[in-house]
Amino acid sequence: MTPPRSYRAEAIVLRRTELGEADRVVTFFTAEYGKLKAVAKGVRKPKSKLAGLVELFTHSTLQIARGRGLDVLSQGEVIHPFLPLKTDLARSSCAFYVAELVSRFTVEHQENVDLFDILLGTMVELCETRKSDLLLRRFEMQLLQCMGYRPNLYHCTACNAQLKPTTNAFSPSGGGVLCPACAGADPAARGISVNSIKVLRLLQDGDWATALRVNIEEHLAGELEHVLRVYVEYLLERRVQSATWMDKVRSEVRKAVPPDLPQPSQGKGRADTAAAH
Amino acid sequence: MSNVSSTSTAEPVARLIAALHRLPGVGPKSAQRLAYYLLQADQQQVTELAEAITLLKQQITLCSTCLNISDAETCVICRDPKRDVAQICVVEKPMDILPLERTKAFKGLYHVLHGTIAPSEGIGPDQIKIKELLARLQDSTVREVILATNPNVEGEATALYLQRIMSPFGIRITRLARGLPFGADLEYTDEVTLTGALEGRQQLG
Ligand SMILES: [Zn+2]
Ligand SMILES: [Zn+2]
Repeated sequence: MTPPRSYRAEAIVLRRTELGEADRVVTFFTAEYGKLKAVAKGVRKPKSKLAGLVELFTHSTLQIARGRGLDVLSQGEVIHPFLPLKTDLARSSCAFYVAELVSRFTVEHQENVDLFDILLGTMVELCETRKSDLLLRRFEMQLLQCMGYRPNLYHCTACNAQLKPTTNAFSPSGGGVLCPACAGADPAARGISVNSIKVLRLLQDGDWATALRVNIEEHLAGELEHVLRVYVEYLLERRVQSATWMDKVRSEVRKAVPPDLPQPSQGKGRADTAAAH
Repeated sequence: MSNVSSTSTAEPVARLIAALHRLPGVGPKSAQRLAYYLLQADQQQVTELAEAITLLKQQITLCSTCLNISDAETCVICRDPKRDVAQICVVEKPMDILPLERTKAFKGLYHVLHGTIAPSEGIGPDQIKIKELLARLQDSTVREVILATNPNVEGEATALYLQRIMSPFGIRITRLARGLPFGADLEYTDEVTLTGALEGRQQLG
């Protein structure tokens, strides 16, 4: 039986690169086929009907034609344009991070509908949430679990002893927490506080409502982010490129001055710090 | 897909075909046609083309002010006394200047970023010409910066970031692309649409 010439897919745009004069190669994550690449022809021309479909993070249903080389996007319909992810700098920087992680953790044509739902759910909430930090932590935990890297947060990954409410250590290579007695066994393991473990457990158990009620001050948020970033980068064996941008945007938001108090002399200092990173 | 450098072709011809094939918009068939055309063209025409290509790289440099491509230290636009030095239009690449110039609606100067912030490719603000733009704002001649990065996610992120770091300078910051269709390239936008986008540019922040 010959496969059909064209197929339908529900997709979210993860990446795209320019091809030739006006085309793009677009990497989608789809509900039906996992990650896949397709050529979108003429989409850099203003009158293109496909341009909106291949903009980053857009959620749509697509009709794709099988090609001899790459498949070709023929038509589609936008479900969610996710405009806040395109026009709000902080949300946009988080969306880049989410899309990069999904792209890096997956291979093409490996169906994973759970991951599609995680990605879609994260993008939907990212448009509105006031707690994007916590949302990203939930996303990382869901992604890790879905890809088979669920961290062990209840027992020491070395001696299997139940973890006590004290400062333990997180071991990326061990895939979970080490008790204080075993912490020395992994030189890469770093201290993890009781509160961090508590929040991670809530996220792991899917108790999002309780997690949202927890008052996570800046220090704890930083620790949670660090623990998961180190684990993710250990698993990927590489840096997450868009994390650098996300960090930079966040530090710009923090030091942003009210727009009605412009001081050109201050500008120089700001510019220098921005360039120095 | 046919292999352009097949073994039945003489080496110099195969090499030219391969080189032409790497150009944008030139497929294997066109590359072959061009190569065989040049093979039978007269020597003068071929020499002229070869020289033009060689000199392109030798004589073209970046304008020290706006970083547009230029044949001198300062480009033709920056040296034109009739241009308004109080306005700077920020674009992603030198080619984006062409459609804006065709509108004749913009009389200020340009600044070419040579790229856009592309987080997943590891391209951040330090990898494009933002420092150079901020340096141009140090004296108080500039009163308006028009952000004409492409109307897509990266172009928008670049514009929003620039707006944020330029806000302390107390100049008017406007965004050109708001009326343009999302996802399109400035390079391919027609004059009427661009003129409308210039006239209807909106202040940010
Ligand atoms: Zn132990
Ligand atoms: Zn110039």
